[in-house]
Amino acid sequence: MKIIVPVKRVVDYNVKVRVKADSSGIDTAGVKMSMNPFDEIAIEEAVRLKEKGIASEIIAVSMGVAQCAETIRTALAMGADRGILIESDADLQPLAVAKMLKVLVEQENPQLVILGKQAIDDDMSATGQMLAALLGWSQGTFASKLNIEGDGLTVTREVDGGLETVSLRLPSIVTTDLRLNEPRYASLPNIMKARKKPIANMKPGDLGVDVTPRLTVIKVEEPPKRKAGQKVGSVAELVSKLRTEAKVI
Amino acid sequence: MTSLVLLEFNASGIKQPSRSAVAAAITLGEVHVMVAGVDLGEAAARAAKIPGVSKVLVAENSALDHAMAEPIAALLLTLAPGYSHLFAATTAVGKNVMPRVAALLDVQPISDIAAVVDADTFVRPIYAGNAMATVKSTDAKKVITVRAASFDPVAADGGNATIENLTVGDMPTLSRFVSAELSKSERPELTAARVVISGGRGMQNGENFKLIEPIADKLGAAVGASRAAVDAGFVPNEFQVGQTGKIVAPELYVAVGISGAIQHLAGMKDSKVIVAINKDEEAPIFQVADYGLVADLFTALPELAAELERS
Ligand SMILES: Cc1cc2nc3c(=O)[nH]c(=O)nc-3n(C[C@H](O)[C@H](O)[C@H](O)COP(=O)(O)OP(=O)(O)OC[C@H]3O[C@@H](n4cnc5c(N)ncnc54)[C@H](O)[C@@H]3O)c2cc1C
Ligand SMILES: Nc1ncnc2c1ncn2[C@@H]1O[C@H](COP(=O)(O)O)[C@@H](O)[C@H]1O
Repeated sequence: MKIIVPVKRVVDYNVKVRVKADSSGIDTAGVKMSMNPFDEIAIEEAVRLKEKGIASEIIAVSMGVAQCAETIRTALAMGADRGILIESDADLQPLAVAKMLKVLVEQENPQLVILGKQAIDDDMSATGQMLAALLGWSQGTFASKLNIEGDGLTVTREVDGGLETVSLRLPSIVTTDLRLNEPRYASLPNIMKARKKPIANMKPGDLGVDVTPRLTVIKVEEPPKRKAGQKVGSVAELVSKLRTEAKVI
Repeated sequence: MTSLVLLEFNASGIKQPSRSAVAAAITLGEVHVMVAGVDLGEAAARAAKIPGVSKVLVAENSALDHAMAEPIAALLLTLAPGYSHLFAATTAVGKNVMPRVAALLDVQPISDIAAVVDADTFVRPIYAGNAMATVKSTDAKKVITVRAASFDPVAADGGNATIENLTVGDMPTLSRFVSAELSKSERPELTAARVVISGGRGMQNGENFKLIEPIADKLGAAVGASRAAVDAGFVPNEFQVGQTGKIVAPELYVAVGISGAIQHLAGMKDSKVIVAINKDEEAPIFQVADYGLVADLFTALPELAAELERS
């Protein structure tokens, strides 16, 4: 089966972002960008399915500025077969991304799309569920285990009270949680090989999708800062301060 | 303008995060709520008692059991014409269902709001809460999940809503619930607890989490963990606090053997009082802690248990 994995280019998870002085957004000038960590997990899972002989081809898709091609290269170096870049300078929100993915799914006919459960920049946690809705497919979100058997799929999901297992009819959408797998590092030979793998380049217009944002960002601000606290010298002092000063115990 | 709130419930009633979602919805006007699943008598009665709710919709159908996203979203789609706003809490259920409904309605969901500005405008954290974005929706209908830690839940009792049974038609059968492994704990739920004590990689193993237990018992606390502690298998996944785990804002949060990575802080920095116990005085957790104790947790935790026991 064919698998599509959407990979988003985001500010690296180690970067402490700064809000722009004019409150228009986040300052990304010169900031390290990486593949969304949940999407690395998605690629890894797809590659493992290919290694098991279940997947035949893995297509990595990224949508956004031209540099998203680098994110696709990373996916190719991890084992994806080819890439599709949907190039746009617009603010692509999950509804628009899901609509474009729907068109690609109709063109490519995969049986499975594996997405991250959440992009760590917009923290929306929406795109996979939206794509499933638009396609009328089943969804297995926040997956920590995935098993393909015949025309079905069993997904163990991380839910609030523990774990839940669901059985899904293929074709299906899966979104990855942290404990699904540990993504590999691309080896040097694979990075070299990835350079020769093809990346198709398209624009939202080629897919016939209107990507006008439905959410207008009015302003972006720093959250309230916590005041610097105090060090206590002993457990006894801690307990006494929690009682008499903070009055929380 | 009327809002519909999808409620989650268990044997002990309507869950607290859902009552926070009701609190957010109430700021905009009339509120209806929905319970879906099987054996809903008790849940419906409890929902009717939530102050500020005028109507409870009851959707009884075995396909809706276990809050499976495909059927619940299909049901909400049929109810949507009557409402300006659809709400749920930002929980595993809310996150699973609401974006699916939004796409069916051709709406961009507004995930995890921390404040309501007006009927179209909301504040939501982005970048692990390192920035707060004020966003205005141009969609005719709004589909919203609510960060429970940012809204005081409405009370569980005091209201008197009417109850209406829905006729539920055919439901999609794309997915089937197989099983659940839910942890049974006498402790309060993480997202509802007044006190939370979390352990990190510094705990070294799962066995050592026993050192936290007498303290949690004494304080009536829920126990949480960092991702590192969960990944290492010390405790189950549902303990994880952080950007991609649970968001908590208790009166008191105690972080033990946790360094204070951005992603962890994202889940607890709105707590009223933060205590950090860490042997490394440079640990970033001390930058957000109201009270920092530089100490080895293996001596500090037994001392803390004893000190609390004493009085
Ligand atoms: C996509 C993504 C999502 C993530 N989501 C989350 C999330 O939701 N929640 C989360 O927590 N993390 C999350 N993380 C991980 C996060 O980046 C950190 O790796 C993690 O929080 C570290 O956990 P820790 O503080 O327990 O471990 P460490 O950073 O290893 O810190 C251990 C601390 O214990 C202290 N210590 C050790 N021994 C003792 C002792 N005997 N006594 C006292 N102190 C001691 C050390 O000084 C150290 O400060 C995420 C990461 C990514 C990439
Ligand atoms: N611009 C994008 N390009 C590629 N994939 C994306 C994009 N936006 C979102 N995704 C996918 O959708 C997942 C969830 O994103 P979100 O709904 O924004 O939290 C990500 O982990 C990606 O797999």
